[in-house]
Amino acid sequence: MNIYVCIKQVPDTETKIKLNSDNTGIDTAGIKWIMSPYDEFAVEEALRLREKNAGSTVTVLSAGPARVVEAIRTALAMGADHGIHVEIPETADSNMSAKALAGALKKEAKVDIVFTGKEAIDDGAAQVSQLAAEYFGIPCVTVVLGVEYGASLKCKREIEGGAFEMVETPLPAWIAAQKGMNEPRYASLPNIMKAKKKEVKALKAADVGVADSDQKIRFKNFELPPPKQAGKKIAGEPAAQAKELVRLLHEEAKVV
Amino acid sequence: MAKVLVVAEQRDGRLKKSSFELLGASSAAGNETHAILLGEGVAALGKELGQYGAKTVHVADSPALKFYTGEAHAKIILDFAKSQGFDVILGSHTPTGRDLMPRIAAGLNVGLASDCTSLKFEGNKIKVRRPVYAGKATAEVEFIGNGPQMASFRPNALGVPKPDTGKSAEVANLSPATSGFKTKVSDVAKGASGRPDVTEAAIVVSGGRAMKNAENFKILEEMADVLGAAVGASRAAVDSGFRPHRDQVGQTGKVVSPALYIACGISGAIQHLAGMRTSKVIVAINTDPEAPIFQIADYGVVADLFAEVPLLTAEFKKLKEH
Repeated sequence: MNIYVCIKQVPDTETKIKLNSDNTGIDTAGIKWIMSPYDEFAVEEALRLREKNAGSTVTVLSAGPARVVEAIRTALAMGADHGIHVEIPETADSNMSAKALAGALKKEAKVDIVFTGKEAIDDGAAQVSQLAAEYFGIPCVTVVLGVEYGASLKCKREIEGGAFEMVETPLPAWIAAQKGMNEPRYASLPNIMKAKKKEVKALKAADVGVADSDQKIRFKNFELPPPKQAGKKIAGEPAAQAKELVRLLHEEAKVV
Repeated sequence: MAKVLVVAEQRDGRLKKSSFELLGASSAAGNETHAILLGEGVAALGKELGQYGAKTVHVADSPALKFYTGEAHAKIILDFAKSQGFDVILGSHTPTGRDLMPRIAAGLNVGLASDCTSLKFEGNKIKVRRPVYAGKATAEVEFIGNGPQMASFRPNALGVPKPDTGKSAEVANLSPATSGFKTKVSDVAKGASGRPDVTEAAIVVSGGRAMKNAENFKILEEMADVLGAAVGASRAAVDSGFRPHRDQVGQTGKVVSPALYIACGISGAIQHLAGMRTSKVIVAINTDPEAPIFQIADYGVVADLFAEVPLLTAEFKKLKEH
């Protein structure tokens, strides 16, 4: 099988966000970049599928500035075979990213299945999987916790309130992974060394048919959340605290 | 004034409160507000959407639409939207809306501002802001190019308006093609708890590592059931196996914005705060007075949660029975 995984590089979740001087974005100095955590489940699922199907290959794609090649190397160190980097601007939106990924996939000889994380944790838009699948022209199932592989795919998809639905789709298909789909492996040292030698194909936006007009939204006027005023500390014995808290929630905050 | 389409949502014949929020915001700004609703046996729900501000409700009611699939719903809504020419299309950033709205945007070749928390109308345009980096910052979203402006909203962010029982909507029936789709839903397994989803609930009661084990969450479930709340958990509690991942609140879980968030035994790691800081009122119960959660809590209770929570539940019960 020709298995593909699309990943995004994002700031580590520990990152304290600071704004740049004109509030058009964040200050990226000193940020530690990681593969978006949901994408790790996508990479793992791709590797497991390859292990069950002899002769398969796993190719990792990422669209973004030059730094995202590091995230591709991380996926290669987990065990993916090849990488493709499509260079698009730092400020690209979900639509341009999706056009870039779909454009790169269209240049491939045969695509059987594509995995992504259900969303990236930087903008949390949860758009690229559906958009890119649409532009590539295959069905997409999101928030997937498990797949029964066969002639068609049976996907366990999480919906609200702890409920699930089983979605059936033919191949080729695009699967957006939810945490819990599997337990992602760690890269071993020998694999990290090997990953450095693996090929990462470099493509420009124009190579995959992406134009400036594919950018449909832009973030501006960034703000940090206003500092919260110190709240009320409720003192006393537990019973008195409980009584006073419920009174405040009812009479002052009016939320119960 | 804008011509606005609200993508309304229902599950099992019950409309989502988040749809009422969108209708309320649009109609309060004096817009020509339409709603579209898909499902089986949903025609009767049109009237209720009218009470929240829909002028016209476009309904596709068919047994083939009993289960949501992104493919079918997006195609039907897309074809309808194209035939009408809306200035603005609004949806909810609910589990269904998250899947659906990008598919519609792709078909219209327009941008989508997802997970927004504020909305203003300016003529036939909208101005929206959204959290980024899981709420560590917010940004305004600028729409580039022509075509309808599309945005989805975090549940509870806009507020549910009071229904006006004197109002009703004109109901227009759509008869879209419902066959020829590649994906289908074969089965839906209901959640066991009957509690609302953590992203949609007006009140969330959450527990952290200090809950010690899965069984102890029972005291939070009891409080949640008195309040009609959802039960959430910190990453530490989920990674320790106390709760399933679907309950996790935070940057690698769900981002919530309820009217009331009660954090029990949660210290307040930066990733957790990112997932709940837009809650209207935050209560923290923790034995450690230095816990970071107290810095963003509106009401802080330094106490052992195992002593405090049952007492609180009893007080809430008294209040509800009052």
